[in-house]
Amino acid sequence: MTGKISSVTPILEMRDIGKTYGSIIALQGVSASVGEGEVLCVLGDNGAGKSTFIKILAGAHQHSGGTLLVYGKERRFSSPREALDVGIATVYQDLAVVPLMPVWRNFFLGSEMTRGVGPFRRLDVKAMRTITMEELAKMGIDLRDVDQPIGTLSGGERQSVAVARAVYFGAKIVILDEPTSALGVKQAGVVLKYIAHARDRGLGVVFITHNPHHAYPVGDRFLLLKRGTILGDFTKSEITIEEMTRLMAGGAELEALAHELERSTGK
Amino acid sequence: MTTTAIISGADERIPKASPLIKMLRRPEVGAAVAALAIFVFFSLSTQTFLTPAGVSTWLYSSSLFGIMAVAVALLMIGGEFDLSAGAMTGTTGLIVGVITTEWGVNIWLAMVIALLAALAIGAGNGYVVMKTGLPSFIVTLATFFILQGLNLAVTKLITGTVAIQGMSVVPGFDAVKIFFGSSFPFLGMDLKISVVWWVILVALASWVLLRTRAGNWIFAVGGEVTSSRQTGVPVMKTKVGLFMTTAGAGWLVGMLQLFDVSTVQATTGIGQEFIYIICAVVGGCLLTGGYGSAFGAALGALIYGMTLQGIVFAQWDNNWLKAFLGGMLLLAVLVNLYVRRQAGVR
Repeated sequence: MTGKISSVTPILEMRDIGKTYGSIIALQGVSASVGEGEVLCVLGDNGAGKSTFIKILAGAHQHSGGTLLVYGKERRFSSPREALDVGIATVYQDLAVVPLMPVWRNFFLGSEMTRGVGPFRRLDVKAMRTITMEELAKMGIDLRDVDQPIGTLSGGERQSVAVARAVYFGAKIVILDEPTSALGVKQAGVVLKYIAHARDRGLGVVFITHNPHHAYPVGDRFLLLKRGTILGDFTKSEITIEEMTRLMAGGAELEALAHELERSTGK
Repeated sequence: MTTTAIISGADERIPKASPLIKMLRRPEVGAAVAALAIFVFFSLSTQTFLTPAGVSTWLYSSSLFGIMAVAVALLMIGGEFDLSAGAMTGTTGLIVGVITTEWGVNIWLAMVIALLAALAIGAGNGYVVMKTGLPSFIVTLATFFILQGLNLAVTKLITGTVAIQGMSVVPGFDAVKIFFGSSFPFLGMDLKISVVWWVILVALASWVLLRTRAGNWIFAVGGEVTSSRQTGVPVMKTKVGLFMTTAGAGWLVGMLQLFDVSTVQATTGIGQEFIYIICAVVGGCLLTGGYGSAFGAALGALIYGMTLQGIVFAQWDNNWLKAFLGGMLLLAVLVNLYVRRQAGVR
């Protein structure tokens, strides 16, 4: 491992993780760790094994080799619920929100707060509104109105509501699956800002992306995957954004392509 | 200066909603305006509409449609349809009628049996829809035809006719009538008890929708079923519960009709299922689910009831009603479309 060695136990640690689907090796020998207030960026092109990586962490698939440690204790998740129970929340691209419902109802969906007993058990609307407002403020989102349908928020804001929700319901590690890929430059910037917020609150963030320009500004460590194995594992001080882009795109291949294109355009 | 302000706020890319648009976002606003207009129109253009007798007539008519419309609205907010809702009012009435008059079953027991039958059919609708993933439109269309056929065939088989007779001489009929078929003086009107049921149900449904977990789940399963599952909403339970609620409302209306007129036809309720849906849509429910209100559906039913009786009072050709209904529906759908665009979804 080329990365810095943390003195405290990381929240999440993967040692030599591998995953095979039948005879196909999807992931092999991948090691990584995330601590409190750390952002681990997982980069890779299509087919690099990013999805497999997330699915193992999120509990959707079990790893077939290596060990997965949460707070130093070995774990093997058999369902997303189990991953959630130890504090690993995954925010998928579709965000699991209901567009027509107000922000606060989305925030508490499935885990509503209630008051009263028996037939008089009712939603604690006031508390839920207040908490939503507070939790979003902690993420740096200042909503005018938590009653507006969540569909009216921008993509970046919706993403951060999903993150805030995960955090409020006990997540220690938030896995973000390509949160910026569908967004424009400005909106992606908004999401990056929220990732930084989450990090500053002491959460571990696993940020999956294929865009080095999104990863570099917020990441502490960078795990580059290619064809199911580690292409590189760096801390921020060990690599520049140019090197990272080069590595990801396949370095020499890209240069060869550049030369070829230059010739064909007649320069 | 102004330019910078726009640019700095532009990353939200949402125009600030004016108070008017915010008000129009309420699902029932369109229906409230229409109801008021129709009320004023018939009050001015006919002699009878605003008399105590007139008011109690259109209120009674509205209440029967309203009870069903409110239940159907809940179901539609939950993202499903029930085309068997109309036939259900006939089925439940017939069950009580047949087993009390032909077999001498205790009237209270008969009502419980009819309720259980309705709930079972509702649960069946929901279960099939959820297990197969078929559109509820198709599943309940099948139920509708089955019930329509059974209502006629079984009634004819047992009683030899297509209407129940001798209901009023069944022991206990008068006692039950107090709850389901009586009327009482109210502000100079002779108000039918069904109006009270209607008001109670609208209040109850609104409370459930807006202030309970179940209500939250109804909006969620109708709005985005995958997200609901991911966040742990019991989708199956919610939807089956809604189908049972609609069937239960069908039972209530079946009873209200049976004990009001002391008889029930085997064809009762046929063709009404679309009127319930229209009332719900006019009241602001989206056909695609996830949006609407119980109060709106009640207003939709009020519009229908007032128009139905208003046309009679005005001594117009009754056929105008259908054309009016179609026009209202189209208008409501257009308003809904506008609302959806404002909310910026789908």
